[in-house]
Amino acid sequence: MSYKIRLLKDRLSANVFLVLSLFSILTVVLIGYGLYYKSSPILQQDTLWHLLSSTEWKPFKNEFGFFSYIVGSLAVTGIAIIIALPLSLLCAIYIAEYAPYRIRQILVPLIDLLSGIPPVVYGVWGVLTIVPYIGDHIAPHFVDYSSGYCVLAGGIVLAVMVFPLIVSILLEVFDTVPKELKEASLSLGATEWETTRKVVLKKSIPGIIAATVLGISRAIGETLAVLMVCGNLPMIPHSLFDSVYPLPALIANNYGDMMSIPMYESALMLSALILFVIIFIFNAISRLILYRIENRS
Amino acid sequence: MQLRRRIESGFFKTLMILATLIIAGSLLMILYTIASKGMQSLTWDIISKVPEGGYYIGKGGGILNAIIGSLYISIGATVLGLAISIPIVLYVNIYAKRNSWLANITRLTFDVLFGIPSIVYGAFGFTIMVYFGLRASLLAGIITVTLLVIPILARAIDEVIRLAPTELSDATYALGATRWETSLIFLRQAIPGIITAILLSFGRAIGDAATVLFTAGYTDSIPTSLGQPTATLPLAIFFQLSSPIEEVQNRAYAAALILTFIVLIISLSAKYFSKKLSKHKI
Repeated sequence: MSYKIRLLKDRLSANVFLVLSLFSILTVVLIGYGLYYKSSPILQQDTLWHLLSSTEWKPFKNEFGFFSYIVGSLAVTGIAIIIALPLSLLCAIYIAEYAPYRIRQILVPLIDLLSGIPPVVYGVWGVLTIVPYIGDHIAPHFVDYSSGYCVLAGGIVLAVMVFPLIVSILLEVFDTVPKELKEASLSLGATEWETTRKVVLKKSIPGIIAATVLGISRAIGETLAVLMVCGNLPMIPHSLFDSVYPLPALIANNYGDMMSIPMYESALMLSALILFVIIFIFNAISRLILYRIENRS
Repeated sequence: MQLRRRIESGFFKTLMILATLIIAGSLLMILYTIASKGMQSLTWDIISKVPEGGYYIGKGGGILNAIIGSLYISIGATVLGLAISIPIVLYVNIYAKRNSWLANITRLTFDVLFGIPSIVYGAFGFTIMVYFGLRASLLAGIITVTLLVIPILARAIDEVIRLAPTELSDATYALGATRWETSLIFLRQAIPGIITAILLSFGRAIGDAATVLFTAGYTDSIPTSLGQPTATLPLAIFFQLSSPIEEVQNRAYAAALILTFIVLIISLSAKYFSKKLSKHKI
């Protein structure tokens, strides 16, 4: 008789596990729907285009224009990627193709460790070192006055935060380049660098794009670290040393007092929805690229 | 020509080493900054006491409330996350057919959810909280952070179980085991991976601020029930740093040092466990 109990257990667990799996897929839909539901009041009041393109942010007059916040997010993220991509690319090539085994054994865990540090600690570090350095030493060469809490500070802190993510994905991508191709290139007399550039990098272009897009979506959604170093003034930056107010910082900073103005909550939820949609699309595309690379190897 | 090629090769190698030094150096610089600033104001009181009256204008006390609160939330979220993610991983790897539509979609879902920023989870958690009429509390914090750590747990455990040899399941099925019994065998195989996953999730949970910002609240006492608001370490750092009083700011550095120390210990033990325990795998 006991086989009946065993089969029952098997079938029961199958059903429970299936429901949990389906529910996990549903979470994505639920998050999207929940945020949309909450932001629908403001979408009914204004058109999406007007909300995205207007710079007027006057919650007390029911005016919500996200343009300067979006520009703030893009500026900080852009700088972070301009700094992080070349450095991560060079570092990943070094680790994958050049570094002796022992150095690789030290570098990879070190970079993993970097990815474990909490955002708030990056923020503290930014406030203690990057912000005063920019305010005292770099900015005075270019502009009359800057507090140091600026686009550049946000970009640098974010760049350091996305290093480990980009490097670790690139390492996986470079690993999938067939060894035979490299050996063929080297045996034809190409130097190590020529092999890297014409074989490894060329073969890895989709992977590099995927890693970059993942880096962008990590940077654009990062909240606390940028909140601490960007200055949080809603304006269109004219130089690297102007303050900006990225979208995530807007949400985090205003959550407490938004309850008094009904439309305010809706506006903040809309910013969360914008972030969610952008990051969802970026992530899905880059993961699909990475799956294809993985299957090819 | 030969010389030009060699110079180019050398030039780029130098650049690579330079880039690697910058990246590794930035980690060491962060650790150095936090350690040197934090050590100056780290006292036993900060670790062992809750804030006393006038704490936020520089009087006595510590951040024990935030340390304990963070531990509660991280442990709660990790346990809850395990209870949800292990069954899903088992379903995808053992119950569902290899490379089935459902398995692929589930993997993609977790990879995408992994990239969703914590502020979005925070905002979503807040909407659920309001929907069910919950106040900012330990429970709401745990639920929101659970959403954040499920993808981390599921991806890490999936990676180990997927790598287990197919001969293992061939063998269990040949002996007449059901899928449920096969799952238990696979779980046993995956223990090192599960421990690493737990530590990863714990490290992420304890360091995250944007999820608990709206959902867990903040309080000066240690919570005694799930319904009470809870202080967390990252928020303790954040709030104290924004104070204009220097003494309070210094305590933020000490708190940052405590948090970094906890996270580093967790990362290092995750490395240690995954290396040590994987020796005994089939």
